[in-house]
Amino acid sequence: MPDLLLELFSEEIPARMQARAADDLKKMVTDRLVAAGLVYEGARAFVTPRRLALTVHGVPAQQPDVKEERKGPKVGAPEQAIAGFLRAAGLTSIDQAKVQADKKGDFYVAVTEKKGRAAIQVIADIVPEVVRSFPWPKSMRWGSGKLHWVRPLHSIVATFGPETEEPEIVRFDLDGIASGNETRGHRFMAPAPFSVKRFDDYVAKLNDAKVVLDPARRADMILHDAKNLAFAQGFELVEDEGLLAEVSGLVEWPVVLMGSFDKAFLAIPDEVIRATIRANQKCFVLRDPQTAKLVNKFILVANEEATDGGKAIVAGNERVIRARLSDAKFFYDTDLKTKLEERLPKFSQIVFHEKLGTQEERIARIVALAGELAPLVDADRTKAERAAQLCKADLLTEVVGEFPELQGLMGKYYAEAQNEDEAVAHACEDHYKPKGPDDLVPADPVSIAVALADKIDTLVGFWAIDEKPTGSKDPYALRRAALGVIRIVLDNALRLRLLKIAGVTPDLLSFFADRLKVQLREQGARHDLVDAVFALEGQDDLLLIVRRVEALGKFLDTDDGKNLLAGVKRASNILGIEEKKDKRTFAGAPDAALLKLPEEKALASAVAAAKAEASAAVAKEDFAGAMTAIAKLRPTVDAFFDKVKVNDDDKAVRENRLKLLNEIREATRAVADFSKIEG
Amino acid sequence: MAEADLLARPAARAANLDPARSFQGLILTLQQYWAGQGCVILQPYDMEVGAGTFHPATTLRALGPRPWNAAYVQPSRRPKDGRYGENPNRLQHYYQFQVILKPSPPDIQDLYLNSLKAIGIDPRVHDIRFVEDDWESPTLGAWGLGWECWCDGMEVSQFTYFQQVAGFECNPVAGELTYGLERLAMYVQGVERVYDLNFNGLDGDRKVTYGDVFLQAEREYSKHNFEVADTAMLFEQFKMAEGACKTYIDAGWNSDRTRHAMALPAYDQCIKASHVFNLLDARGVISVTERQSYILRVRELAKACGEAWLATDGGGVA
Repeated sequence: MPDLLLELFSEEIPARMQARAADDLKKMVTDRLVAAGLVYEGARAFVTPRRLALTVHGVPAQQPDVKEERKGPKVGAPEQAIAGFLRAAGLTSIDQAKVQADKKGDFYVAVTEKKGRAAIQVIADIVPEVVRSFPWPKSMRWGSGKLHWVRPLHSIVATFGPETEEPEIVRFDLDGIASGNETRGHRFMAPAPFSVKRFDDYVAKLNDAKVVLDPARRADMILHDAKNLAFAQGFELVEDEGLLAEVSGLVEWPVVLMGSFDKAFLAIPDEVIRATIRANQKCFVLRDPQTAKLVNKFILVANEEATDGGKAIVAGNERVIRARLSDAKFFYDTDLKTKLEERLPKFSQIVFHEKLGTQEERIARIVALAGELAPLVDADRTKAERAAQLCKADLLTEVVGEFPELQGLMGKYYAEAQNEDEAVAHACEDHYKPKGPDDLVPADPVSIAVALADKIDTLVGFWAIDEKPTGSKDPYALRRAALGVIRIVLDNALRLRLLKIAGVTPDLLSFFADRLKVQLREQGARHDLVDAVFALEGQDDLLLIVRRVEALGKFLDTDDGKNLLAGVKRASNILGIEEKKDKRTFAGAPDAALLKLPEEKALASAVAAAKAEASAAVAKEDFAGAMTAIAKLRPTVDAFFDKVKVNDDDKAVRENRLKLLNEIREATRAVADFSKIEG
Repeated sequence: MAEADLLARPAARAANLDPARSFQGLILTLQQYWAGQGCVILQPYDMEVGAGTFHPATTLRALGPRPWNAAYVQPSRRPKDGRYGENPNRLQHYYQFQVILKPSPPDIQDLYLNSLKAIGIDPRVHDIRFVEDDWESPTLGAWGLGWECWCDGMEVSQFTYFQQVAGFECNPVAGELTYGLERLAMYVQGVERVYDLNFNGLDGDRKVTYGDVFLQAEREYSKHNFEVADTAMLFEQFKMAEGACKTYIDAGWNSDRTRHAMALPAYDQCIKASHVFNLLDARGVISVTERQSYILRVRELAKACGEAWLATDGGGVA
């Protein structure tokens, strides 16, 4: 079966849009092929800075024929109706229609055979449609044309044909761009046009013309060559996936070269050097494998084999990097001249949020909260307050102004430079953590106090002005803040009553509960167990909640647990029904005098004992112990349901038995609300 | 040597006008090159502007159906970028070389690359790249898509396909090329500090550097822009320019608003307002919230001027 080759050749496509564009091209063309009845065997899309390419193989040469049946009027219908039917169906005489019978009698049916079109014609319709409706994030016009593309579109290759024959050109014209079989190679190294037949020779000829079509291969080549160059000199490449993807999208023929800079610049922190070289120059940095410190070398990726072997390119890049590092060094040295606390007054001029006041006010709140939390997390209060005071000051430094991604880290460096306590300096960096699911959680008590204060202040503030996340919208990253609090508390086994913290409302607490549920579910815990624990009153201690959930999960894995759950559920169901019927609850202790059967007597005493034992265990935060106490109820509960009829004819006995059931429910509520548990 | 051979050769260039040796040689070479491509070589606009784009030969000529190809040097003023002559790269007054081609020709990238060759940057030796950079001017109500052009990792030009100017669609689309002349000259001359650029390409006593020409001006204007510029007067000037622009716009329209007679004088006042705003901004007397409203006020003027221009001969009205 024939294959389709398509190439859209344009001026330079922004690197960040390339991968998505290749996916879109594949999907848009193949979806339309399938919709047209052309089910293909496989498709792959590729992209370079100047071209989007697609190969679809195993496309049927012809659309299948389609038979269409059109139901017409009844046999013997008025002439007008028949004439209308003939017109609509494209028939000249009613003899061309078939007669079919249904319940109501005989009627006419027009059967038209629609011949499938040649696939090449269908494709000639599809491609212009795809080009015209292509979902570029931003597109433009050029010259005097009306067409939109990401940058001016110059030519289109579209060939179609079986492997064994000369393929045909899929003929179409897009605002003056006629499809053909001609493309171009590398802009500088092989600019002459050449013709291509099908995908395999297209790829080979491009390669001869110094274009590597596959972005994954370009990335591999860059990574491989960069590592080798580094290794040859005894260094190690600092790998950077995002940069690699971007750089692969900026070249058609990657040539990896190494340059160096003045060793004096190594006095700048490594991260600043890396950010400078990465952001401005899109170059990689190298480190010494022994010390893990950066060395005065960088790797650049050029787009051609220069005639001088790359000397001028390296020299030019070195020159730019020298200027950039000079700027960075100037920023860094300038920053060091001002102490962090001297920067603070400026925060009174900077609005944090319209409704939440200035940064200065926010810092004051974080200081107060960090001080309040310090004793609860075993942190030195003075240090926590000092760290909270200084932790945002680096936002006003030159380096962070230039590279916002270095916030926190620069705070640490500047704090160290002014001889702050080590814990204070680390908190300047670590109070932002964890920044994402893979980020480390702060472990030092001072960092913990400030990190919690920072996040809780954010949450409390935005809750107070009703700027909560909705659906996919979370512009202030409040979900991340809440999850950060949860991870800090759990990883450090902190005991914190959230509701005791000023500003934490029950609504905010339930937001924490939701985040915790998501977190526990990701770790494999059953969400219904989390619900069962949260259903208890006043659960605001995240650590205890998790311990309860764990104990509950283990308990329910045992036979005793499963059976008891069934018993408690049965009791709850009966109670539910009877409560509804009587429109009342059955709270209160059962009357011992009304207990008649041995099973109910046994249950009453067992429940009382289990309740007391479980409560005592819970008071000691021994949730496993509480579960064991409750597990002892199982045989008596089973025996009770076996032998005792709850709805006794004697009203007083019935009420007493319902109270007994309620006691079972109450006893288990020492650890969780069993009615929320599924199964 | 046959006479024909002699004629086919470009006029021999005086050694001191080699773009790799002299700043003015760089400018002359670019002018020569673009003149050869059929561009009208204009002189700088005689008003203070923040970039070559503000020249009416770009802003206004980009609007309307008439073809237009021009190139010119434009001294550009960015009061905030003054560094008292102490920074090796930053200037509050610098030169842009501006090329505008409307409609953008299909080979515009090649034309640009050949201009680099003309000034001695051979793309088989240097790594030339087109890196995404979208352009937007909030004060002009203008935007376009294009690239920054990199040479060995350094941005040497801006390349933009204008999509909208003064709030109006550009149809046809103009291609705009902007060369940062000082930076380019520093690269081809191999100089690290802008003031060390050789201006006239001569040596010894006869050599004139960029610093000889501009260092004093950078010091004086930095002091002016940041410390002394009379803000009360500037606020007043802004209002006056804004008022005058509106007056000229209103007075320029004919009775049925089909033709305009004073788009260019009105636009001068828009340019004036924009520069005065930049000066006020450099003096730090405009707050963040006010800033936005000043930008919007200039944009309103630019839009009115664009609308007026489209009702003139130059804007395509028969």
